[in-house]
Amino acid sequence: MNTKKTLQLVAMILLVVVAAALSYNPISKSIKLGLDLQGGLHVVLQAVETPGGPEVTREQILQVQSVMEQRVNGLGVTEPIIQPQGNNRLVIELPGVQNPEEAINLIGRTALLTFRTADGTVVVEGKDLKKAKEALSPRNNQPEVLLEMTAEGTKKFADATQANVGKQIGIFLDNDLLQNPRVNEPILTGQASITGYSNLEEARNIAMLLNSGALPVKMEIVEKRTVGPTLGADSLEKSKIAGMIGIGLIFAFMVAYYRLPGVVAVISLVLYSVIVLGALTLLKATLTLPGIAGFLLSIGMAVDANVIIYERLKEELRRGKTLRVAIEDGFNRAMHPVVDSNVTSLIAVAVLFFLGHGTIKGFAVTLGIGVLASLFTAITFTHYLLRLTHSSGLFNNSKLYGA
Amino acid sequence: MNIVGRRKIWYGIVLLLLIPGLISLMLQGLNMGIDFRGGSLLQIQMEQQPDVAKIRTVLDQYQLGASSYIQLSENNNVLIRTVSLEQDKLNQIMESMRGQFGKIELLRDENVGPVIGKELATNALLALGMAMLAIVGYMTYRFEFKFAIAGILSLFSVVLITTGIYSIFQIEIDGSFVAAILTVIGYCIHDTIVIFDRIRENLQRKKRDEALEDLVNRSVLETMTRSINTVLTVVFVLGALLVFGGETIRVFTLAMLIGVVLGGCSSIFNASQLWLDFKLWEKAQRVKAKTNAV
Repeated sequence: MNTKKTLQLVAMILLVVVAAALSYNPISKSIKLGLDLQGGLHVVLQAVETPGGPEVTREQILQVQSVMEQRVNGLGVTEPIIQPQGNNRLVIELPGVQNPEEAINLIGRTALLTFRTADGTVVVEGKDLKKAKEALSPRNNQPEVLLEMTAEGTKKFADATQANVGKQIGIFLDNDLLQNPRVNEPILTGQASITGYSNLEEARNIAMLLNSGALPVKMEIVEKRTVGPTLGADSLEKSKIAGMIGIGLIFAFMVAYYRLPGVVAVISLVLYSVIVLGALTLLKATLTLPGIAGFLLSIGMAVDANVIIYERLKEELRRGKTLRVAIEDGFNRAMHPVVDSNVTSLIAVAVLFFLGHGTIKGFAVTLGIGVLASLFTAITFTHYLLRLTHSSGLFNNSKLYGA
Repeated sequence: MNIVGRRKIWYGIVLLLLIPGLISLMLQGLNMGIDFRGGSLLQIQMEQQPDVAKIRTVLDQYQLGASSYIQLSENNNVLIRTVSLEQDKLNQIMESMRGQFGKIELLRDENVGPVIGKELATNALLALGMAMLAIVGYMTYRFEFKFAIAGILSLFSVVLITTGIYSIFQIEIDGSFVAAILTVIGYCIHDTIVIFDRIRENLQRKKRDEALEDLVNRSVLETMTRSINTVLTVVFVLGALLVFGGETIRVFTLAMLIGVVLGGCSSIFNASQLWLDFKLWEKAQRVKAKTNAV
């Protein structure tokens, strides 16, 4: 028995166990859960092109994005994702939103904003309004809505207010009259305020609606998915249980079939899991339901690497090699198929990642990280641990290796 | 054990498994979910056992009764699949439902426009094609073209049989089915490559008097334990997910389970045998060419 190597072996095993125990809490607290696991809302908006009209530009979609950001801010969602997709779409994800119906109504209000004179002539359009904001008037502390026009809007608004002093200019969302303020004086600066609200809340709602109508193009919802928080929590709970049972079965099988190397495999797999989950957390990847399946499947592939190595080890032992030589030869021979098979898996994963979206992308990310981590642990850790087990001199009976 | 010698039997079994699925695919196609067709899916939880007839009556008020598919599920849940609903209409329907059934909760609500659905279908086919091409490329580079074709053919049969099963039983497929099939592709090749690798290795140390057929058979047998054990471990995980993982990912897990098991069998019984036949055929052609020349 080699005391130094034995101590090293024990230290390695303890290290893995401690790492797993210590990382459990931080990982489970900070890993980001997808909509399907915590509930939430996923919406895809697409610009409606008017036949014969100008083409929708990415610029416009970016404008829509900033409007949506303002609107969503009011909802108090911690990590909203609002990003353009292609040249005419906007994806909005609101994980954990408490009231998806309210959110969808807010996002879905994609009507066009127009300012019209009493006789119905459109004088200013939504795209002319830069932004609307609620405020308390510095003069009398009354709630009001401040309007700010774009450069072009300022000119149009100046003309319209000059021609309509003392009259009313209606603000319409599609054909609904939203506000009907009276023009007290010509407004040339492009900055106007509307007064007469009973509280700040009311002013804020109007400001939000005005912003929503300030969309440069009409948007329509082409895809929407909401998952209630109960369903999400239920899915999370169920897949946790399923995962533990699946992993438990694998561990039991490995130890029963491969004996000592099986135990080595189990330790490697624990380390492997810590690496994968840790990497997911660090990369701020979102764990989705298919993502969990991807993780579990990658455990299968990590086990496969171990199985290939041990089968080789057994073969080499049967050929009459000594344990030490068998470990080295078996390992080296096993590397070819392990690398080749994992690379092909990575190819499929890469295709999924670039072509898929949403939850499928999440699946590809976890599976990909899993395959890489499995290669890494098999090549380095399993090898090292096997050598160490042997050279510790504790387990030199080749029966322990299943041969 | 002579697995390679009996390869005609295995090919026959594959054809037998393929034919019903292919016929079904041609006659009734796949049961495409809203992800592909466009439409709405509502999952509602009620306080008591949901009454399908009453739900249909509510939907009838919106002329949706006939076009909706209502399915009961565990925990007093009900799934309603219908045409794509505008938000306003959905709100009205939920209002009516609440009027009829009291306290109910909308657990899940999905609405996919037809544009998105079509895109998903196109993207799925594109992804399948690209994955296969990339794998052929890699295998040609690492092994040889014949290995790549043998691998892809064996894999293609697995994908077709799996899809065929979904068609025969008209199991509804959604976006996750595509992910499952792609994973099966990755996994099948993963399985097959280890056997090919063994053939490659044995070829390098081939004894003069060993026939190619025997060498392939030996390679398959040498890797058999690994092939079986690896499929087993994946079956453990997928089986657990299928039984305990809940309904949301059932389509996904089932497709993967069928595919992985078939893929395991196919890599043992088909892939290397196909390669062998390509090799033998090539040899025969060469001999023919020679005799013709003389």
